Amino acid sequence: MSKRCAIIGVGQTHHAAVRKDLSISGVVREAALRALEDAGMDWRDIEAVVVGKAPDIIEGVMMPELFLAEALGCVGKPMFRVHTAGSVGGSTALVAAHLVQAGIHKRVLTVAFEKQSESDTTWAITPNIPFQPPLVAGAGGYFAPIIRSYIERSKAPADIGIRVAVKDRKNALRNPYAHLHLEDVSMEMVENSPMLWDPIRYLECCPSSDGACAMVLSDEKGGDAAPKPPAWVHASAMRSEPTMFPGRNQINPRAGRECAAALYKQAGIDDPRKDFDVAEIYIPFSWYEPMWMENLGFAEENQGWKMTEEGATAFDGDMPVNCSGGVLSSNPIGA
Amino acid sequence: MRDIALVSFAQAPSVRREQIHNEVEILMPVVAEAVRRCGIDRRDIGFTCSGSSDYLAGLPFSFVTALDGVGAWPPIEESHVEMDGAWALYEAFVRLQHGDVDSALVFGFGKSSVGPLREVLSLQLDPYYVAPLWPDSISLAALQARALLDSGEYGEADFAAVAVRSRRDAKSNPNAQLSGDFAVAELLESDYIASPLRRHDCAPISDGACAAILASGDLARQLCERPAWIRGIDHRIDTINIGDRNLCDSASAKLASEKSGAAADKIEMAELCAPFTHQELILRRAMGLGDEVRINPSGGALAANPVMASGLIRIVELAARIQSGEIDRGLAHATQGPCLQQNLVCVLEGE
Repeated sequence: MSKRCAIIGVGQTHHAAVRKDLSISGVVREAALRALEDAGMDWRDIEAVVVGKAPDIIEGVMMPELFLAEALGCVGKPMFRVHTAGSVGGSTALVAAHLVQAGIHKRVLTVAFEKQSESDTTWAITPNIPFQPPLVAGAGGYFAPIIRSYIERSKAPADIGIRVAVKDRKNALRNPYAHLHLEDVSMEMVENSPMLWDPIRYLECCPSSDGACAMVLSDEKGGDAAPKPPAWVHASAMRSEPTMFPGRNQINPRAGRECAAALYKQAGIDDPRKDFDVAEIYIPFSWYEPMWMENLGFAEENQGWKMTEEGATAFDGDMPVNCSGGVLSSNPIGA
Repeated sequence: MRDIALVSFAQAPSVRREQIHNEVEILMPVVAEAVRRCGIDRRDIGFTCSGSSDYLAGLPFSFVTALDGVGAWPPIEESHVEMDGAWALYEAFVRLQHGDVDSALVFGFGKSSVGPLREVLSLQLDPYYVAPLWPDSISLAALQARALLDSGEYGEADFAAVAVRSRRDAKSNPNAQLSGDFAVAELLESDYIASPLRRHDCAPISDGACAAILASGDLARQLCERPAWIRGIDHRIDTINIGDRNLCDSASAKLASEKSGAAADKIEMAELCAPFTHQELILRRAMGLGDEVRINPSGGALAANPVMASGLIRIVELAARIQSGEIDRGLAHATQGPCLQQNLVCVLEGE
């Protein structure tokens, strides 16, 4: 019953550790203006703006979309703010698409951003909750034990994470927007980088980036009339499960498996590895490539690392993953 | 558009400081009550959306643990807005338009008591030019109230009259925090806390939560004898720069009211989210609500104001009056940002 939605313009910033040349407003505008230009539109064509970003605490601004309303040409229009933790870049786009699919708006601008240089993210996301022992030191501290369990369970060779790190950084060399451009990246270089949270080495982590990404979404009529070939939204799904409970499978979470299954059913995908040409997947630490290959149904359980080892996920493999360089090369979290 | 209605809801009584229970513990019985009241099987709920702010809790990702209050197992389709729960309801309304799911759970929650609220809210301001000066939320509202007084159309007694009516109405609201019988003259004897605002002009600091169940068409009629149908819902934003706005008016509230179709038929009652007495006067004028419209029979935000749930509570209070058959058609409003910057209007109707 829902209407068709087309992505008719995309834009992103040149991501960097510190965008000293831009304010927060400047970062979101750089992406938004590029998306509008790509769509052949200007601010007046936009009916509503959907903003996403991860914890407000990172920039120290509470609900920053309020002060960004003017910078994003939204005065007098509906402005909406999504926050679904690490998944927020994706879910912001889904919420924006839902507005078009529901027939409420014809043209929606969606912008997601993070300006990590405004603070220290590792400690901003390491809460000290009264009466509870601190569990983590940054995201790596949270994920390292899960990765160790995966290695133990799947009997994956120790160098799989290093391979992913090298592959994504090499891909990033083709992406002018990527934060990291490590010209001389190699297995040795990654292997010799400092061990931060065993088994995660420094170069197996995502960087900390300033940046934003924007899209212009349109209804079917606008999609057909767009100056460039649009990308049609064929299916979308989101699933959540509680963070902690006894027996939770954190290596291969049920919410991820069910989300992928619901998505493929909507889109008529039988065999994701065969039916997709390319995939962009949130991989903030190298080992999550094999883990998410399994979770999203590209590989059987405990077999995902073989795709990495065989080069299937490489740029010239049969199932290229993160040709952009992925989160390992650019990480404005909320985007 | 698909017909969507509120079929059930529940609130936690607002309190000045909830010291025993954390946010999840406040939320759990509220969600359970909303689910129980309409008899829906929790696993049949197609979509869940919540509204809250990390800055109230002082924690990153504070809403993630709220899933424990929902019972998200097996995994659920769920989303979250860093906005008042009224906007979570808006997202659920949009999601239900797609036709593949027929019911949604929405909730908003927050403990405003954890930090110094008026200073916490000043972190919403432009971080480069304004926030470093720490103008707090009450001082900014006082500037707006002063502008309204200077317009010559209202006096401080008009502000106090709003407080008197709110507190009197709140006597019959079990979830209200401030209630009682007061006289305008008596209130005007108290000192200013930020001239021209006195304590009675400002909403209390509240901890609380609110949840609602939405359903479409026939399912709504099955779950509820008299559903409160959403006939229109719209939200708009103004610039945050109060120097660029006519503070005596609310352009975004006016526009949201127009776009929601509020004027299409008679509005019998309005639940307005006005955390300051003078803002109720501004909103009534901006939306063209005359003396014949009953305003905030719940006591409004001046009687209970759990930030991030306060707007959703307005919608729920109005829905309750429709479900009971007291009225047929009314308007509910939510706001956030300094001096009524962003406004949402929802028109509800009984059958």
